[in-house]
Amino acid sequence: MELNELWFLLIAVLFTGFFFLEGFDFGVGMATRLLSRNDLQTRVLINTIGPFWDANEVWLITAAGAMFAAFPEWYSTMFSGYYLVLTLILLALIGRGVAFEFRGKGKGEAWKKTWDAAILIGSFVPPMLFGMVFASLVKGVPIDQNMEMTAGFSDIVNGYSLWAGVTVTGLCLLHGLNFISLRTVGELREKSRVLAAKLLPMQAVLMAVLVGWTFMVTDLFERQGVLLTVAVLLGVIAFVLARHYLRQGREGWAFGMTGAMILLTFVSMFIGLFPRVMVSTIDSAFDLTLYNAASSPYTLKAMTIVAAVLLPFVLAYQAWSYFVFHKRVTEKDHLEY
Amino acid sequence: MDIVDLGRLQFAITTIFHFVFVPISIGLSLLVAIMETMYVVKKNDLYKKMAKFWGTFLLINFAVGIVTGIMQEFQFGMNWSDFSRFVGDVFGTPLAIEALLAFFLESTFIGLWVFGWDRLSKGVHLACIWLVSIGTILSALWILAANSFMQQPVGFAINNGRAEMVDFFALLTNGQLLYEFPHTVFAAIATGAFLVAGISAWKLLKKQDVTFFVQSFKIAIVVALISSLAIAQFGHGQAQYLVATQPMKMAASEGLWKTSADPAPWTVFATIDPEKQENGFEIKIPYLLSVLTYNSLSGSVPGMLELQAEYEKTYGPGNYIPPVRTTFWSFRIMVAGGSAMILLALYGAYLALRKKLEQPNKRFMQLMVAGISLPFIANSAGWIMTEVGRQPWTVFGLLRVEDSVSPSISTGAVWFSLIAFTTIYLILLCLLAYLFARVAKKGPELDGHEEVEDLQLQDPFDRVRSERYGA
Repeated sequence: MELNELWFLLIAVLFTGFFFLEGFDFGVGMATRLLSRNDLQTRVLINTIGPFWDANEVWLITAAGAMFAAFPEWYSTMFSGYYLVLTLILLALIGRGVAFEFRGKGKGEAWKKTWDAAILIGSFVPPMLFGMVFASLVKGVPIDQNMEMTAGFSDIVNGYSLWAGVTVTGLCLLHGLNFISLRTVGELREKSRVLAAKLLPMQAVLMAVLVGWTFMVTDLFERQGVLLTVAVLLGVIAFVLARHYLRQGREGWAFGMTGAMILLTFVSMFIGLFPRVMVSTIDSAFDLTLYNAASSPYTLKAMTIVAAVLLPFVLAYQAWSYFVFHKRVTEKDHLEY
Repeated sequence: MDIVDLGRLQFAITTIFHFVFVPISIGLSLLVAIMETMYVVKKNDLYKKMAKFWGTFLLINFAVGIVTGIMQEFQFGMNWSDFSRFVGDVFGTPLAIEALLAFFLESTFIGLWVFGWDRLSKGVHLACIWLVSIGTILSALWILAANSFMQQPVGFAINNGRAEMVDFFALLTNGQLLYEFPHTVFAAIATGAFLVAGISAWKLLKKQDVTFFVQSFKIAIVVALISSLAIAQFGHGQAQYLVATQPMKMAASEGLWKTSADPAPWTVFATIDPEKQENGFEIKIPYLLSVLTYNSLSGSVPGMLELQAEYEKTYGPGNYIPPVRTTFWSFRIMVAGGSAMILLALYGAYLALRKKLEQPNKRFMQLMVAGISLPFIANSAGWIMTEVGRQPWTVFGLLRVEDSVSPSISTGAVWFSLIAFTTIYLILLCLLAYLFARVAKKGPELDGHEEVEDLQLQDPFDRVRSERYGA
């Protein structure tokens, strides 16, 4: 495998990992409003992701950093092209991040309500908008011969991208509910499992329509028909299994299945894009690919060595932190936030 | 305002705000790590209480530091895409390594530290805070490696119309970085130390939790003294290096239009007229600039007009003189702030040594409270001098600011983000100050978690827990 391909793969892994990990903590953030009866339960919910959300968000930061280093043209075109969308995502992430920390440290009901709202909005907006960004990315945006993206409103906000946004948001919510039932006891555990089971069929419809819509408006299936069909079939299996495990109350497996759905969604997207990183609607000659958008071979090599040395440690201590906090969170715990 | 001015303004505002929070995180995590080390070594619960109390400030601040940091990383692509295209090959690498090596470390281990008090052994828990501290410092190293490249590009070649990396290690051994990194990191450590010392002084003035805050003050003042002396030392080195590598910045920060006499006097005060390119009234100390620049009683320092002529020959026609007033005064503010910090730290350390903290000198303690602001003023002034003094370049000698901006974004979009970010950052700053004051007021007994205390009073089992774990 060439280094360009390796870095495309790594960035795909980082984004997919981000949606897998921060996906469930976005979901928990959204679910706070749906599940909790009182402040204590809200605190339990937030505590299920307390030790993790911060590091989960770093997956996004690392994905962006890796794009900058390995594919500076991709980073430049995409980040300036989606200027307003990224501004809104950043504002949402800022509000959400400080909300977790500030919520428990001020005084009064209004204070708490404000931060609860920030957690809700901050957990809902990023997956919605990222869904829209990636949908418009695979559908194509106007990119000219200078690699400048000049997207109008409808290039980013359209039926397809909105549908994709809702689908990604729904996936995160479902994933978050499964995480909650895996990490809590009693009423919260029960309620989240029941809600997840109810939402699952709706999510199946969302995903099915998205697949069909993708088939019609993008060239992903034309290019990678076999692989994407396999992904869709695996997705169907994941849905069936998720339903089965939810009914049986096997929460770990159910969580694994919603995780698999997220992985399949984003992996399919990157497979369909390959070897392009951004699709131009003006002329396919202006597509950004993992060759014309890349850094020099020397830089890719240096980055590869650094990543090969560091990644095993990063993955090991992150896994360890999940192991340390593998016990369920109860209302009797010493709660933060 | 055009897109370049708007982008610059946004970058300036978001960066200066971000650099209010970052030094607190770097400084406080080191202090908390020291406190928890003393707890583990001396087995005295007072130090555990200290780690938890000052840790609360760290956490409040950490959250703000992180969320404002994401903006910094995204902003290069959003507002400065032509810059990112031109230098991404070199500049992106330290940024990616910063995330991979530092951000993951900080964020994972701060989570383990906060939630791990009763799940990890003492030693492992202590290791967590040290890893957080190391993470914050590593983060500074890599972002400053990127910044140093902008001040002094090294290890690259111009290929395919962009700067491409040819020597990775040159980035890390960049002379600029070797001064900028220790100077900045010690400034950050001093920021945390003055914060702890200042809050302790405030509590000592009110005679609350005297033992606790005397001990906190002592630790903080030692750190403050060491770090503020180190700042001056490395700052001096950096200034000397500047004359050699970015003489225009040095000349501007000295308000030096014409090449100085030999020996060169140091200008304390000057009324600067950038239109006429001369100074009106000046106060000068003879010999001092030669001493500062060359550690010698002789030697002249090149002035801006001469350098301008030289740069025009090298880089073509254009104005290469940065905003002189801003550079001149930010330099002086930084030096004055740093000097005041050294004096405060010296006297504070003297008091601590003579065991005079229990009956504090009221005037001095009030100065220490006010002194909390000194590092922030000096930090901001230092960055303004460094970055404004680099104008008109984004990457010195390679890329000008007006060629760095994103061509595809609209002024409307940047106005929107500028207003939105400025508003939200201002709100964050106010909230941070409010929460700091609130936690400080409550003192160490309450752990910063009012609700937790309420619950523990309701539940007898939790009270047992809280006694056992000192929560």
